Formats: sequence, structure tokens, C-alpha cells
Amino acid sequence: MDNAIVLNYHVSPDDFTRAGEASSDVKGKLKQLGISPAAVRKVAIAMYEGEINMVIHARGGEITVTITPQRVEMVLADVGPGIPDIDLAMKEGWSTAPEEVRNLGFGAGMGLPNMKKYTDDMRIETTLGVGTTITMVVNV
Amino acid sequence: MMKASDVQKILDARVLTGAEHLEREVKSACGSDMMSDVLAFSKDHSVLLTGLCNPQVVRTAEMLDIVCIVFVRGKKPDPAIIELAKERDLIVMETGHRMFSSCGLLYQAGLGSGAF
Repeated sequence: MDNAIVLNYHVSPDDFTRAGEASSDVKGKLKQLGISPAAVRKVAIAMYEGEINMVIHARGGEITVTITPQRVEMVLADVGPGIPDIDLAMKEGWSTAPEEVRNLGFGAGMGLPNMKKYTDDMRIETTLGVGTTITMVVNV
Repeated sequence: MMKASDVQKILDARVLTGAEHLEREVKSACGSDMMSDVLAFSKDHSVLLTGLCNPQVVRTAEMLDIVCIVFVRGKKPDPAIIELAKERDLIVMETGHRMFSSCGLLYQAGLGSGAF
């Protein structure tokens, strides 16, 4: 792809206080690039939810963000447990997050539905015991 | 529409960081301890009232372009949280009022919950 900017991030496992650093960085870069505030906000929210999920459910992982003049693509790859039932996971309010995660303000079962809501395209590839890769696109 | 300085007065709040930004306008508010719900339902909110005290409150505010965080019922965020907010030019306040009263006071003063 011409004019594409590619950003790579490692999401550390079990460090809840640092979750969101990658999304914060991407948000700053998109703003600098002059992308519309509405699109920046959509990317920031969707990626942040994904990043939190990676820390909560999947022992961290890798995020690749590709920015072109037309779109922002986020690929979030983890080697976590996988999602047994995607339809159920997509249901608002459904959550498998443990009590301690809820005490931290997350795990209300809104993560995946939110990611879908704020993006123009979202694909989930998941294999039990192997991991999950979520690809999200926001048109700019 | 009111300013962040009005929020401070109405809630009798102490400003922990961002005093230089108190003239910023705030359009609407939301109150929740669940950041998941804030991310799901927040539409262009400017004030986030919460009893949750961790760095993800600041991150959530950042992603949503929230102007002002108010920690209710006397919750004291630790210095790392305040520092994170400062780096992002956010206003952080704490009030002794509980969540229900804080929301009620702001609502009564004309701050809405924004468009759904």
C-alpha cells in the first residue's frame, strides 16, 4: 500500500495499569495526521476496548495498526484461550470476566459489541487454545 | 452549558489537576463506576463522575475526549493517576458528595446527560 503508516505495539500481560498505552499513542498520532476527530474517537474507543480485552482475557498480545489516507486498520492478535462462542460473546451484557476485573470497572459485557459499534468492519478469527485475531477497520 | 469552574462550585469540589483549564465549557455529563458502560453509552460527554479510582478512568476519559473527571464520595486518586491526567491536560476534581447527589446537583443546575 502506498503512503501507509504501520505501527506495532506489544501489549504486556497482567499489567492492567498500563493497558491503554497503545491506544493512547495511536490516538495522538492520528490527531497529528489531521484525521477527523470523529474518526479518531472511533479508532481510540475500539482499540482501547480490544487492548483491555487482551490484558483481561488473553495474557496480552500484539497490535498492528495500518494507517492509509482512506482507512485505519487495527489487527489485534493474541495467543489466549480463544472465544468458544462468538455469538454469545457479541451479546451485550455477556461477560466471562472475573469479579476482580469488574471491580476495576470492566467486564460489563460491552467490549466486543462496542468494538463492532465503533468500527466500519470487524472480523474475528479464533481457535480454542490457540488464540484470537481481531481485525477492525475505521474509514476516515 | 456551563464551565468546569461551575462544576467545581456546584459540587464544592477540590481541583487536583488542571486548574488552568477551568474555563473550558462542559456540555453534558455521565456518572458510572463501570468504564465499559461509559465507553458504550457516552456520547460527547464532557464530565465523567465516578467512584472508581484507577488509571483506566483517565484512559477512558482520554479516549472519549472527556474534559473533566470528578471522583465522588471523597475518593482520593493516587499521584500516578493525577500525573497521567495532567499529561493529558485533563481536569481532575474530588468531591465529598456521593454519586447520586453529585449527578443531581449538576442536573438541577442545567447540565444534561447529552443526546442518546
